Amino acid sequence: MADDVQLPDLIDLKADIEHTGVAEVLDRLDRELVGLAPVKQRIRETAALLVVERARQQLGLNNEPPTLHMSFTGNPGTGKTTVAMRMADILHRLGYSRRGHLVSVTRDDLVGQYIGHTAPKTKEIVKKAMGGVLFIDEAYYLYRPENERDYGQEAIEILLQVMENQRDDLVVILAGYADRMARFFESNPGFRSRITHHIDFPDYGDGELMIIADKMLEQQNFRFDDEARAAFADYIPLRRAQEHFANARSIRNAIDRMRLRLANRIFSAEALVSRDDLMTIREADVRASRVYSGGLLAGLDLKED
Amino acid sequence: MKVTQGTFSFLPDLTDAQITAQVQYCLDQGWAPGIEYTDDPHPRNTYWELWGMPMFDLADAAGVVMELNACRKAHGNLYIRINAFDSTHGWETVRMSFMVNRPANEPGFRLERTEGPGRTIAYTTHAYATDQPEGDRYG
Repeated sequence: MADDVQLPDLIDLKADIEHTGVAEVLDRLDRELVGLAPVKQRIRETAALLVVERARQQLGLNNEPPTLHMSFTGNPGTGKTTVAMRMADILHRLGYSRRGHLVSVTRDDLVGQYIGHTAPKTKEIVKKAMGGVLFIDEAYYLYRPENERDYGQEAIEILLQVMENQRDDLVVILAGYADRMARFFESNPGFRSRITHHIDFPDYGDGELMIIADKMLEQQNFRFDDEARAAFADYIPLRRAQEHFANARSIRNAIDRMRLRLANRIFSAEALVSRDDLMTIREADVRASRVYSGGLLAGLDLKED
Repeated sequence: MKVTQGTFSFLPDLTDAQITAQVQYCLDQGWAPGIEYTDDPHPRNTYWELWGMPMFDLADAAGVVMELNACRKAHGNLYIRINAFDSTHGWETVRMSFMVNRPANEPGFRLERTEGPGRTIAYTTHAYATDQPEGDRYG
């Protein structure tokens, strides 16, 4: 049968990329995500690989579908989930994923609480993710070496089986901190050998976080005035030095708190408010943060005293 | 005797590719596919055994086919069907139901006539398979 099929002689890769809309997704990735240059580079490379693989398939040069499982490593708030969603889109446009949806889970969604609970739970998630991408955040929690009766091992076995046998139905992306993921892969060689694409997410620089803050504010129809922006530029390195810093997520939380203070300020002023008042975050809203007075820990000390 | 019921009952048995396509149609309609099996071929046997829960919120038929293959592995010589349940208000019922597996050998039915008073006759269909106890009916 296969011998009768006429194979094309030439394939226009450029037209392929145009036609599938992958170029557009990559451009949007460049435009909308601040920084992350090495990640964008890796994704471009991966996309190129996939386009070429597809062309090879069309010319009858390979029959094996490529292994697409990936691992995203990096600190919290560096855009792993966002990039995973874009990745799902790219895979869908290139025809490597039929539906292109992303199912994002953590250990709690996969591992059960009693014997016999884990397998159906994991299978249900796997079934939901079929035809798309299964994104497992903080994947290393699946493996708990200190407890030999931990049910996580069962979930791992099911995942490994699906990753091997249903490669054209499901793409698995594991995500988490770099060092803990490295340890996880060491103790689970099955995962390491089934994952070919490792992408490392660097931390954002202070300037990049400032741009991210401006973008977030713009999306929500807020803005800094000049003093507030200067104050926030001070805020970023201070926050970075403190505990539980989570890059863009910390910025988002800071913005949420500034909005709260803004609301309180204009509410208690009891004057008529203008459109400008409702939009502008002022220096006082930024400076009121605990971060300037030594952060969370300093706050706790005060309470204890 | 080939037992038929449900959607596509007048067609030859569906191939796996056709089953996948039909399941995908069900999912695209927002219906929840469920897999059921039985070893009692009688047409009035409405409630079959559930193979796991009906599958809500799936996007792709591959998940259902995975379960179907698991069910075939365990009950490959029984009747298996796929039901598609529509949970939208006002429907709340099975919208589509079709058979996806059957025993290799189907012995069929015997017609029983029972004579009643005044020479009236009551008719019953009796599946030969059900002469054996449940679990022993199809090899």
